[in-house]
Amino acid sequence: MMRLELVKRPQRSMLFSALSPFIAFVLTIIAGAILFALLGVNPLKAFQIYFLEPISQVWQLHELAIKAAPLILIGVGLSVCYRANIWNIGAEGQFILGGIVGSSIPVLFPQFEGPLVLPLMLLFGMVGGAAYAAIPALLKARFNTNEILTSLMLVYVAQLFLDWLVRGPWRDPKGFNFPQTIQFNDSAILPELMPASGRANWGFVFALVAAVLVWILMSRMLKGFEVRVLGSSPRAGRFAGFGINRMVFFAFMLSGALAGLAGISEVSGAIGQLQPVISPGYGFAAIIVAFLGRLNPLGIVAAGLVLALTYLGGEAVQSALGISDKVARVFQGMLLFFVLGCDTLIHYRIRLIGFAAPKLESAPKLEEAR
Amino acid sequence: MDITVNILLTIATAATPLLIAAIGELVVERSGVLNLGVEGMMIMGAVGGFGAGYLTGSPWIGLLAAIALGAVFSLLFAVMTLSLATNQVATGLSLTLLGLGLSGMMGTSFVGQPGARLPNLDIPGLTAIPVIGRLLFGQDPIFYISIALTAAVMWFLFKTRTGLTLRSIGDSHTSAHALGIQVIRYRYLAVIFGGACAGLAGGHLSLVYTPQWVENMTAGRGWIALALVVFASWRPWRVLAGAYIFGAVWIGQLHAQAFGIPVPSQLLSSLPYLATIVVLVLISRNKRLTMMNTPASLGQPFVPDR
Repeated sequence: MMRLELVKRPQRSMLFSALSPFIAFVLTIIAGAILFALLGVNPLKAFQIYFLEPISQVWQLHELAIKAAPLILIGVGLSVCYRANIWNIGAEGQFILGGIVGSSIPVLFPQFEGPLVLPLMLLFGMVGGAAYAAIPALLKARFNTNEILTSLMLVYVAQLFLDWLVRGPWRDPKGFNFPQTIQFNDSAILPELMPASGRANWGFVFALVAAVLVWILMSRMLKGFEVRVLGSSPRAGRFAGFGINRMVFFAFMLSGALAGLAGISEVSGAIGQLQPVISPGYGFAAIIVAFLGRLNPLGIVAAGLVLALTYLGGEAVQSALGISDKVARVFQGMLLFFVLGCDTLIHYRIRLIGFAAPKLESAPKLEEAR
Repeated sequence: MDITVNILLTIATAATPLLIAAIGELVVERSGVLNLGVEGMMIMGAVGGFGAGYLTGSPWIGLLAAIALGAVFSLLFAVMTLSLATNQVATGLSLTLLGLGLSGMMGTSFVGQPGARLPNLDIPGLTAIPVIGRLLFGQDPIFYISIALTAAVMWFLFKTRTGLTLRSIGDSHTSAHALGIQVIRYRYLAVIFGGACAGLAGGHLSLVYTPQWVENMTAGRGWIALALVVFASWRPWRVLAGAYIFGAVWIGQLHAQAFGIPVPSQLLSSLPYLATIVVLVLISRNKRLTMMNTPASLGQPFVPDR
């Protein structure tokens, strides 16, 4: 029987701070190899299909960018929340509301065309996501209600609301009763970046711009400092005159706006209409992206690409090996586990102690000390 | 009369998994640990329970498998948060995400298969008593377990010395540690108990409530159980009341859908989630009361100093 013991480091380890995402990735690979072996698949072959084949051609890199864009956009917003110690886990719902509110323009006014349509849609999407995120923020600020539970509950509500819209009032009347809206007109479609080589659209550019802007916000501006102070020591923040309630609104609405932008970009870029389901769990996977990227916007770009690859790999092993594409979710969950575990190494040294070994240093007896 | 009895029975069936999962989480939170992985442990219990019941043909083996899988899965969380002192919120979330993924993968071949169902209690003579017979003596075995569990946890927390120790750890792990109490060991046991309960709750879903495997069949019940603990101000009997209120909401919206009330079915389906939010707001409005009831070290990592 062995026991772990944590010994606090005098200061955080820069080495492990940089290495921990990579160690976590290697551990995930090892655990994944065991998983594949259990499923009766040669791990090497599986990994080749999972991690290499989906990015071996140019058009596939475009697919990677399409999947990474929403993950990065949402993850960057969530990183601000988590830095402030505010737990928005309802980004999936904010993503959906962004998609719905942004789509209201092409769905309700299909005749409305021109260069104004897209910017308005994107703006509406951001407003929709931010407004939906404002609900848990308001409840937390005003009534002290746990934001984890309220933001999560609102995800289910958003999914049902979208389902109602596309089966009810917004259903395409000429769509043979399929639960979907009309196809958006051309001016409501997010343009592709390089149509000659693949499908990637401007959503990926939005993601990169958002990452850089939030990076500047967090590292170069007072607001970013405020976020970090309130996150690590709310008491110190109060003395500095930073308002916690204002921060709750700021963090929630910023992350909501980015999730909403991701939602409308996905709908107008990759899908082209509203459907009952518009997200394969991007809002939850982005939580993993935020942590894997060490809550640093630039790290999150890299993490978003990694997570996007897990989605593509899941589809690839499903078609090539007949393994359920749920394997992607397993990889994502394991990755987050290992990242969190490795982060311990930043603050602590880990010692393994056997129970047989002498446990106590021989403390001087009280009498002897006298 | 028969209709009333039937409705009461379905409410009890809907409330039971919420009650069991929430009672387990209550013990965990009373020890000062916040495990947001209830949904993940519950779905693992559901898939494990269904799978074992389906493969062996015995729902009882399914029941044991559900409990075991929930407990083993919670051990992951315990090692991370207790031995490695990771952030409890993030670790709990990852447990839920991992559970949803793993269960989806494990259950691929179970989709659409008929499962084994735990038989209802049937005591000759007693169950046949009009009205109260079926309510008291004709329900599924897990219903009785849930009631017994609530009573046992109440007794344990407030009438035993170990329960007092557990609560003291939840209120101040540093003081408890200074008194020589094995904080980490107590918390390990509490987390595993919570996992076993969540697994049992999941097993109820796939062995009693709807004896089949559907992906994501927990449908947020794990999260509602978490909300119930807050709603109940960490008191077992209030968890019982809360679970039955929510069971009633859940069944009420299903009946309303069946009766064809001219309201979108999606709105009715969202009622349990909206009700959760409303209840949370009502209960947390009074900041002083909330702070008084919340275990003071809830969610904070603890590393014993040496």
